[in-house]
Amino acid sequence: MTSALGRLRALAVPLVLALMFLGSGQSAFAFDAEMVSGLLSEEASDKADAIEKIVASGDPTTLGLLAALRDGTLRVTPDKKLFIKERGVLKDAISGADLEAEPDESEKVTINNRLRSQVDSAIAGLRIFSKDAKERLVAAKAIEPSIDTLPMLSKALAAETDAKVREVLRLAEASAKLQSPDVAQQLAAIESLAASTDPKVRTQLQALTSPPSGTETPEAAKVRTAAVEAVAAIERRLAMYDIVGRLFTGVSLGSILLLVALGLAITYGLLGVINMAHGEMLMIGAYATYLTQQVFRSHFPDHIDWYLVCAVPVSFAIAAAIGMLLERTVIRWLYGRPLETLLATWGISLFLIQLVRQVFGAQNVEVANPSWMSGGIELTNLVLPYNRIVIIGFSAAVLLLVWLMLTRTRLGLFIRGVTQNRTMASCVGVPTGKVDLMAFGLGSGIGGLAGCALSQIGNVGPDLGQSYIIDSFMVVVLGGVGQLLGTVYAALGLGVVAKFLEPFIGAVPTKILILVLIIAFIQKRPQGLFALKGRSVES
Amino acid sequence: MNRRHVLKAAAAAVAGAWMLSSAGVASAADTIKIGILHSLSGTMAISETALKNTALMTIEEINAKGGVLGKKLEAVVVDPASNWPLFAEKARQLITQDKVAVVFGCWTSVSRKSVLPVFEELDSLLFYPVQYEGEELSQNVFYTGAAPNQQAIPAVEYLMSKDGGGAKRFVLLGTDYVYPRTTNKILRAFLKSKGVAEADIMEDYTPFGHSDYQTIIAKIKKFAGEGKKTAVISTINGDSNVPFYKELGNQGLKATDVPVVAFSVGEEELRGVDTKPLVGHLAAWNYFMSVKNAENTAFIKQYKAWAKANNLPNLDTVVTNDPMEATYVGIHMWKQAVEKAKSTDVDKVRKAMAGQTFKAPSGFVLKMDETNHHLHKPVMIGEVQGDGQFDVVWKTKGPIRAQPWSPFIPGNETKQKL
Repeated sequence: MTSALGRLRALAVPLVLALMFLGSGQSAFAFDAEMVSGLLSEEASDKADAIEKIVASGDPTTLGLLAALRDGTLRVTPDKKLFIKERGVLKDAISGADLEAEPDESEKVTINNRLRSQVDSAIAGLRIFSKDAKERLVAAKAIEPSIDTLPMLSKALAAETDAKVREVLRLAEASAKLQSPDVAQQLAAIESLAASTDPKVRTQLQALTSPPSGTETPEAAKVRTAAVEAVAAIERRLAMYDIVGRLFTGVSLGSILLLVALGLAITYGLLGVINMAHGEMLMIGAYATYLTQQVFRSHFPDHIDWYLVCAVPVSFAIAAAIGMLLERTVIRWLYGRPLETLLATWGISLFLIQLVRQVFGAQNVEVANPSWMSGGIELTNLVLPYNRIVIIGFSAAVLLLVWLMLTRTRLGLFIRGVTQNRTMASCVGVPTGKVDLMAFGLGSGIGGLAGCALSQIGNVGPDLGQSYIIDSFMVVVLGGVGQLLGTVYAALGLGVVAKFLEPFIGAVPTKILILVLIIAFIQKRPQGLFALKGRSVES
Repeated sequence: MNRRHVLKAAAAAVAGAWMLSSAGVASAADTIKIGILHSLSGTMAISETALKNTALMTIEEINAKGGVLGKKLEAVVVDPASNWPLFAEKARQLITQDKVAVVFGCWTSVSRKSVLPVFEELDSLLFYPVQYEGEELSQNVFYTGAAPNQQAIPAVEYLMSKDGGGAKRFVLLGTDYVYPRTTNKILRAFLKSKGVAEADIMEDYTPFGHSDYQTIIAKIKKFAGEGKKTAVISTINGDSNVPFYKELGNQGLKATDVPVVAFSVGEEELRGVDTKPLVGHLAAWNYFMSVKNAENTAFIKQYKAWAKANNLPNLDTVVTNDPMEATYVGIHMWKQAVEKAKSTDVDKVRKAMAGQTFKAPSGFVLKMDETNHHLHKPVMIGEVQGDGQFDVVWKTKGPIRAQPWSPFIPGNETKQKL
């Protein structure tokens, strides 16, 4: 919603500006039907020519047409009339006048990637002098630096007041100046570009580092040594960003592993139930998120961006309720018989998968990222996606809550008591049956939360849980049964190790190697990273 | 599921008893049985369920128009559950117990490879509706999907063209199994023949169901940042596409910078994805739902009506895609061949299939090749749009003949026909 508003505003500002400049609305349109006729051709090259003509007119009112072309809202009727249809509002593409009725038949004017970049840079050229700093920033990034765009870049830089946009423009101007024949300008450009972290800049500079075949003039040699130094500086910085990026992806993978394993650490670690249906709790959580999204779409479309906040408690509640139901009806009869529990919960898992498949269909359902979770923080070449950052924060928050719950509440005390010594806890009056129920509900609910998080990065389908169940058992076993801290270390450790191995040996061998490492580790230390100490534990 | 099996068994028992009682009346010949062998559960259910639906719809359509040779068609649906050995078992059951005249089925190449010996041993017919890697030709299979020269090669040529961005470096990315590995082998040879250097090709594989594409996308970015226009050719199959495209969108890799062309991503796969950040990424197929012509309009309308009548889940968003079209074309061609042969006998139908034509929803008249059991198909390149559909940005003038044995793999020159 916000982005749509932004776009509307983005369209309105230059239009208004243009109208102010040109006085009367009627005579403002320097472009006409003749000029855009090329857009109706089947051939991409004709369309490219037409766009070039429109851009050459330099008329800011063409912005609406160009934006419509890019967004796929420009349509054409069989008698070759162009109009724009955006959010149900119809406008004539040439005059900008409102249309009353939509023509019976119309087709979208299609473009391909080549035209899309052409349109993008045209729009950027028109918007670089916009009043909105955000718009100017987008435009500054979109302009391809070259000797042709140099005058425009210099002009924009001179007029620029916003520091962020200035920085982008300064670098763009510098890389345009690299192609200048003037040595002094080239040297200055290299100097300012040395601070960049853009691999594109590095490629440009690298072109200057190769020694010429003949004799070198002292000026050229100067430029070359400066370029070599600049490339080295950029490469050092890129290598550092690379490590930061890998660390981030490792922590991100680790946080997901932690989320999916945390629930299991409680049901398996604390209660000793080998719950093969834990994966299905993730799946249920993800479907609960999907349902919340659907409810928001149909009832509160204005607040759709916040459906996820609402989905968090919903997915916890639904998964916890189903988990408790399972505990009461099936699992409680099987305590102390791990093999039967394993088979029964595996059966439950198949049952739940097929149930969901019957109700929602075998196809994946679409869960969209809210707009505030799309995109990411840009550290020049490195993008840290918001959804990953949110999930890291989310899993830290869940971990904190679980820890507080286990250490600070009465229920937590009971759970720890039952884990350490069930008989003794029962003797001193702890209602073990009820504690089991609550703990199982808690574990399943956390599974539901994990599903809610997973819906933001991957598939939501009936088989969602299957792909995570092995990973979560791996984490719990590696971390040591019965210990939350072990789970945390194991999840983050596995994540970071996997992400540092993957670029070197590929995804498939990484998976194999990690399994081998875990097996070797468990052979050496069957109790995992951290083990409960005490006389009663092993009984 | 269980109840359905019980019902089916009961129905079979009743029918059997009735047949026995009326022995000699040859009542079993009143219908022609058709086997449908698609996974309705397991990982491939996401893609194959729609093909089962299309087959049932087409059979219903043919029956409504009077059937074939005066007999109604009867679908026998089995579920091989994405389990490759089970495909072979179910195929054997269809042919020997249910005595079906023909089988429509399979999606992954590994499932096709597992049923192939069964069809060859029992001399029965399989119609395979999905694009695949080639390197195979059987008397007992009709391939209605694309061979590599009808999909992969034209797509790469497009990427190298001016309109496709003039790519000079290529990332070959796929799921780790026979189809992507073979396709990439062919593409590598093709790229080399076009003068692309070894250092400008990066090949990478992920396991089935892989969901963490952070590292791979970072690697692609790094590779693309080394200068020269880069394009990604994706043979990622099944569910993994959703996390791959989500990561692509979030890491800000735009189609105008690094276009991704996919061979296994269609309208159905994009149903689970928000496609707004993906506008401009490409797919190569022989049919797109967005193609405008009378046959396609009718086909989409028919499928939507069928979905409604059968109350399919999410029926307001049902889409049609390339393998569905191939299934539809396959069943119709088989019907025409049976009518021409005046028999469902495998040998006669096989002969009658050669040279069959059909006006397909793709807008072209498709022909079954006289010798190589593959369809002549048009090639289309589509760009993803914000609504999950594709805009066709390039297509061949007409259908082109399949080359199941790619000329880019040495030793294939002599193997072009059966």
